[in-house]
Amino acid sequence: MIKVTLKRIYIFLIFVFLYAPIGTLMALSFNASRTRSKWGGLTLKWYTSLFDNREIMQALWNTLFIALVSSMTAVVIGTVACIAINKMGKRKRAVIIGITNIPMLNADIVTGISLMLLFISFGIKFGMGTILLAHITFNIPYVILCIMPRMKQLNPSTYEAALDLGASPVHAFFKVVFPDIFPGVLSGFLMAFTMSLDDFIITHFTKGAGVDTLSTKIYTEVKKGIKPEMYALSTIIFITVLFLLFLINKAPKEK
Amino acid sequence: MKNNGLTGKLLSSPYIVWAVIFIIVPLGMVFYYGLTDKTGAFTIDNVTAIMSAEHAKALWISLGLSLISTMICFFLAYPLAAILANMNVSQHSFIVLIFILPMWMNFLLRTLAWQALLEKTGVINNILAFFHLPALNIINTPYAIILGMVYNFLPFMVLPIYNSLVKIDPNVVNAAKDLGANRIQTFFKITLPLSIPGIISGITMVFIPALTTFVISKLLGGSKILLIGNVIEEEFTQAGNWHLGSGLSIVLMIFIIVNMAASAIFDKDGEGSLL
Amino acid sequence: MKSRMNKIFFLSICMVLFLFSAGCGNSAEGKNGEVIVYNWGEYLDPEVISLFEAETGIQVIYDEFETNEIMFPKVEAGATQYDVICPSDYMIQKMMEHGLLAELNFDNIPNAKANIGAQYWDRSKEFDPENKYSVPYCWGTVGILYNKTMVSEPIDSWSVLWDEQYQDNILMQDSVRDAFMVGLKLNGYSMNSTDAGELEKAKNSLILQKPLVQAYVVDQVRDKMIGNEAAIGVIYSGEAIYTQRENPDLEYVIPKEGTNVWIDSWVIAKNAPNKENGEKFIDFMCRPDIALMNFEYITYSTPNDAARELIEDDDIRNSSIAFPDLNQYQNLETYRYLGEEADQMYNSLWKEVKSE
Repeated sequence: MIKVTLKRIYIFLIFVFLYAPIGTLMALSFNASRTRSKWGGLTLKWYTSLFDNREIMQALWNTLFIALVSSMTAVVIGTVACIAINKMGKRKRAVIIGITNIPMLNADIVTGISLMLLFISFGIKFGMGTILLAHITFNIPYVILCIMPRMKQLNPSTYEAALDLGASPVHAFFKVVFPDIFPGVLSGFLMAFTMSLDDFIITHFTKGAGVDTLSTKIYTEVKKGIKPEMYALSTIIFITVLFLLFLINKAPKEK
Repeated sequence: MKNNGLTGKLLSSPYIVWAVIFIIVPLGMVFYYGLTDKTGAFTIDNVTAIMSAEHAKALWISLGLSLISTMICFFLAYPLAAILANMNVSQHSFIVLIFILPMWMNFLLRTLAWQALLEKTGVINNILAFFHLPALNIINTPYAIILGMVYNFLPFMVLPIYNSLVKIDPNVVNAAKDLGANRIQTFFKITLPLSIPGIISGITMVFIPALTTFVISKLLGGSKILLIGNVIEEEFTQAGNWHLGSGLSIVLMIFIIVNMAASAIFDKDGEGSLL
Repeated sequence: MKSRMNKIFFLSICMVLFLFSAGCGNSAEGKNGEVIVYNWGEYLDPEVISLFEAETGIQVIYDEFETNEIMFPKVEAGATQYDVICPSDYMIQKMMEHGLLAELNFDNIPNAKANIGAQYWDRSKEFDPENKYSVPYCWGTVGILYNKTMVSEPIDSWSVLWDEQYQDNILMQDSVRDAFMVGLKLNGYSMNSTDAGELEKAKNSLILQKPLVQAYVVDQVRDKMIGNEAAIGVIYSGEAIYTQRENPDLEYVIPKEGTNVWIDSWVIAKNAPNKENGEKFIDFMCRPDIALMNFEYITYSTPNDAARELIEDDDIRNSSIAFPDLNQYQNLETYRYLGEEADQMYNSLWKEVKSE
């Protein structure tokens, strides 16, 4: 019993640690004073002015759009790559996985700069497109990382059985393989989406004029102090995600 | 699987093309910049610049701080992952999401929030003062940087370890117990070795970003401690010397390669196990 | 398990539809073309852009940068072509020397000569000798902001930043030129010095100062001073007005050793695709009512005399912080571009300070 309590306390403390800054940001979103170091009383005004702020709303749409498109593309490319990698010989696989890990392990700033150099030297105009390319690039490793373990657990004979029974390879894949790797695909998608959402440095170096994501917007705002609307927006995003998570977990579980 | 080779090629080619264009070629450009000077002539000065007093010191401090942070992350994360892994398994995705959730609040904002918490007149010190406790003065010190690193990268340690622990077949553990091993023996002979791939990828996922960060030392360290990430960032954004910045980035890549080699040795399947 | 996945899928599909519908509503083309503006972050009242678009029918594509040094390679590489840019004094000189700027046609910018005060054109000559390339937008000084309740003696000198009783209570600027400006001025040298001996001395002063410094910051001096985190900070005068409004205990002073007078000006890029629209934009920015809006939004001093006349609050119109009488101070200087070699010397010395 004591052990269980101790475990609970431990988990609780870690969660306090993880969520303390988030609580702070939420509290700041209700702060009537514009500066974070002064408490000016409770207010909801930032939540209303947020929706009138064209730039922040545009940055929000850009962020979500980039995160969604890049993570979906990464999922498609990554899934196909996983199938291929799974069929490879040991050495070849090690090389490919090694290369795959580079964008994840490399310093963000090096990845960002290297992509910027690439775009400049090929004369590609900076804008939404370059951000998308960059995000897809650093999202793929996360997708592959999430799917590969599932892929390895697959029993290859089920797929072969499906083929033997006359299914086309594509049909067999979607009927036999895909359901088994789906949890991996899903977590890969979520991971990629989150990474894309949270990225600042790579976006910073690959973005063009007038295309801002929330991260780059926040960074430029640092010069004049973060606008309280940003805190409000973060709070809304966080609560929404939390709510969705809760909903999904509340759903009756079928077998 | 008759057309194994052909379909394999067909399936792998889009990704390989992608990887070459967006991973290999850009890296090649970093190497090109790092190994040339402003006139475009070959030089290794930008790489050997790491030996100069300021750069060597920055690298040394970065290594120290990121090692400490990685160790703290490990000792915090392992028990946590073990507790979580022994809980009801049906909540797998929920547990994973709980750790990813903080990332939905922007990274810069989260780190700024720690500043608000730790400052001299910050939230924590106000609470401490309320209970007449001595003030906590760690803002703008290496301790605050370590805290920031642990905070930001802890999920990357918890998740892989959790995943490798969940994968362990309970029957293996039970078998060990049946054969007379006590808890400690079971842990060191069975659980720990089986979770090594998770530990290795956890260490990689914490150590490398901690080694290369520049935002954390800026916001929580008051820019008083120069990390190698700060040096590189400033070469690109302030000093405008891309050749030197690239040269120093090449040095950082050596650590990444060492890390990759280590994971290749311990994680023979080459799959990693972030999730 | 299955229903949960279905739900996630359903939600993501909803989100896609939502996003696309939101994205489509946003394609308002300017009927008179566009103008691409590259400005400092938070350095313009967003309302002004809407007004400009409504009046001229020119669509504004607006982008922001954080430092002159980030802006420069982006413009130089030409991967994004900008029309109007707002660099600082020494960077304008550097861009001129690299042939990145276009001469302005002042016939299209009548408001500039009419409204911008003569003394600002004079000061601009330090980096733009013939006033051909730039139109002043904001200016100010760098000085010391201090908290009256935490400081006992009157403050009028940079040397207070070396006073041990303020250990851990001092905020320094985290940029090469500003930090060295303080170090050089303390030792009585020019802030545009390229003399190795003088710079070495300034570096040693800065190293000596380091143990007393609480943090090196750029933008956060403001929040930290308002929150009583520190007693003394080096700050841009434009920030001082705002901080005083939030915390009346704060006082701004220009040190007697002299300081930097900086000017951020509008320029037009050589490869600007919409030069005429760019000039229209600059002209609009020089209109007194617009300049006033910007001044009230960003609180950085405006060189627009006509706009200053429109300021209703007497205290601000006659504020010695926002509009100091520059003749009253000695040793005021403006940064100049010192060349690549000197830049490198500054940078490596600064690294020595930071890694100490």
